[in-house]
Amino acid sequence: MTANSLSRTLERPGVFKYLLIAPAVFVILLIGLYPLIKLAVTSFQDISMFGADYSFNGAKHYVRLFGDSRLWESLLHTVLFTAVALPIELVLGYLLALLFLERLPGKSFFVAIILLPTIISPIVAGSTWRLMIDQRFGPVNQILSWIAGREVELLWNIQTYLVWPAIMIAEVWQWTPFMFLMLYAALSNVDKEQLEAAQIDGASWWMTFRRIVLPAIMPVMVIAMLIRALDLFRIFDIIWTMTQGGPGTMTETISIYAYNIAFREFETSYSAAIAFLVIFILTLVVVWLLRRVEVER
Amino acid sequence: MIRWDRGWRLYLRVALALGITLVFVFPVYWLAMISVKSPDEIYAYPPVWFPSEFRFSSYVTLFRDGDAWAVWNSLITAGVSTVLAMAIGTTAAYSIVRFRTGGENLAIWIISQRMIPPICVAFPIFLLFVSWQWIDTRFGLILLYTAFNVPYVTWMMRGYIQDIPLELEHSALVDGLSRWAVLRKVVLPMARAGLFATAVFTFIFAWNDFLFALVLTKSEAVTYTVKVTGYFGSQSTFWSKIGAMSMLGVLPMMFVVATMQRFIVRGMSLGAVKG
Repeated sequence: MTANSLSRTLERPGVFKYLLIAPAVFVILLIGLYPLIKLAVTSFQDISMFGADYSFNGAKHYVRLFGDSRLWESLLHTVLFTAVALPIELVLGYLLALLFLERLPGKSFFVAIILLPTIISPIVAGSTWRLMIDQRFGPVNQILSWIAGREVELLWNIQTYLVWPAIMIAEVWQWTPFMFLMLYAALSNVDKEQLEAAQIDGASWWMTFRRIVLPAIMPVMVIAMLIRALDLFRIFDIIWTMTQGGPGTMTETISIYAYNIAFREFETSYSAAIAFLVIFILTLVVVWLLRRVEVER
Repeated sequence: MIRWDRGWRLYLRVALALGITLVFVFPVYWLAMISVKSPDEIYAYPPVWFPSEFRFSSYVTLFRDGDAWAVWNSLITAGVSTVLAMAIGTTAAYSIVRFRTGGENLAIWIISQRMIPPICVAFPIFLLFVSWQWIDTRFGLILLYTAFNVPYVTWMMRGYIQDIPLELEHSALVDGLSRWAVLRKVVLPMARAGLFATAVFTFIFAWNDFLFALVLTKSEAVTYTVKVTGYFGSQSTFWSKIGAMSMLGVLPMMFVVATMQRFIVRGMSLGAVKG
């Protein structure tokens, strides 16, 4: 085949389109499919730091999942944390967006600075807040003392009722700007004439919100919440720097627990079963959510 | 009377915006200050809000001891993987948009790859890297970041390419350009803004990664995020080094984002909002 006819063959739409997409499919299969197959095989074998038995041993690792209270606690932590952080970020982001919708000098400057937290590495955000909440040389307790008018000494990363709030503050600080930006963009596109008409008709604030604003911002809000919920579910970096899952296993999320099982205790086969459980739960939830979104449309 | 009321409310809004902005920027300020404080000032009680002088000794230490190498590793791995992911993802997106390759399902399958938490696939990838001796190499990290960013690039570029009018490509084909030339000379220039914005986010994702770098590197290819966490010790924590290394990792990002504000909404919303 001459070079010319080869290039003509490559130019045929039927060939060209697969040529263009082949590298992407290959790469995704490599990181999307290979690990899944490897996980599936490993989860039925018996591999841990005490030895490797490559013969198939049935579903015992999956049975073990049900009795693992540390696993279910970490899953509960993750779900609760997501369930609390997401609405807080949503509401704060919405309020912030409302403020910035009004006339405001220097708006773009303010927005640029408020966005700062979302672009810094979560690792750095976690380190920063670990520094902020330090009971001795962190400024948080100092500021609280000024407000309270007396010495406040909260042991943020030791006292059990304060560790989760501390992580929550860091998380909300980092990701509220994201919600703000999404909702601000969505709210800017709400039809002004409709809003004015509603005002003239004397519609209440709540009615205007329900009937005009909410339907208009719904698509963007759903996407933003989905993005954040998936990120919150896999939360790892911030907790790693702030508490490493401690004290004890109090702040262990599913990602932290899976890491400990796989890379600290080297229970390879069991960690594969956990990974499958997580993927299974996520798939169920996302499919269910997408169905609901479709139905509402 | 009405005038006075308006002015008053405007001042209130500005004050509120200023206060909120301060809350968001203060922790970053504190981190920056830690990196230039003296050891006594870092551990002072009550905390010192402004150092008596700016000392850059912690930065000097990072460069002298070679720790700053980690920032270079981050730059190389994030930079090269961004270029690769952009090339692979953009051609795939073009194929999906113009030739309807794989129909609607392929695009959704590709974006769904971003859903799986990294920790779930970290161990199999670790095993793969061990058996192919990619552990602790920049090459391995580049390959991984490329693979993880291809879905994002494909998804985003699909949206940008859809915005390009088809007629332009048609007339170029009629003029005798090859399909490859159409992609290079018509589509890519038209999608320049989208390419730029997508590349920035791809870079940020790779730059901010911690979990994979933690699992897949030891010393040679360590990235800056892993280095930062390395300064947290069980006995003592090197706050000045944490501050300095973090600033080295954050400053480039600040610069990048400051230059691309108008693209940020679309990039962050996975294309849901067309800014």
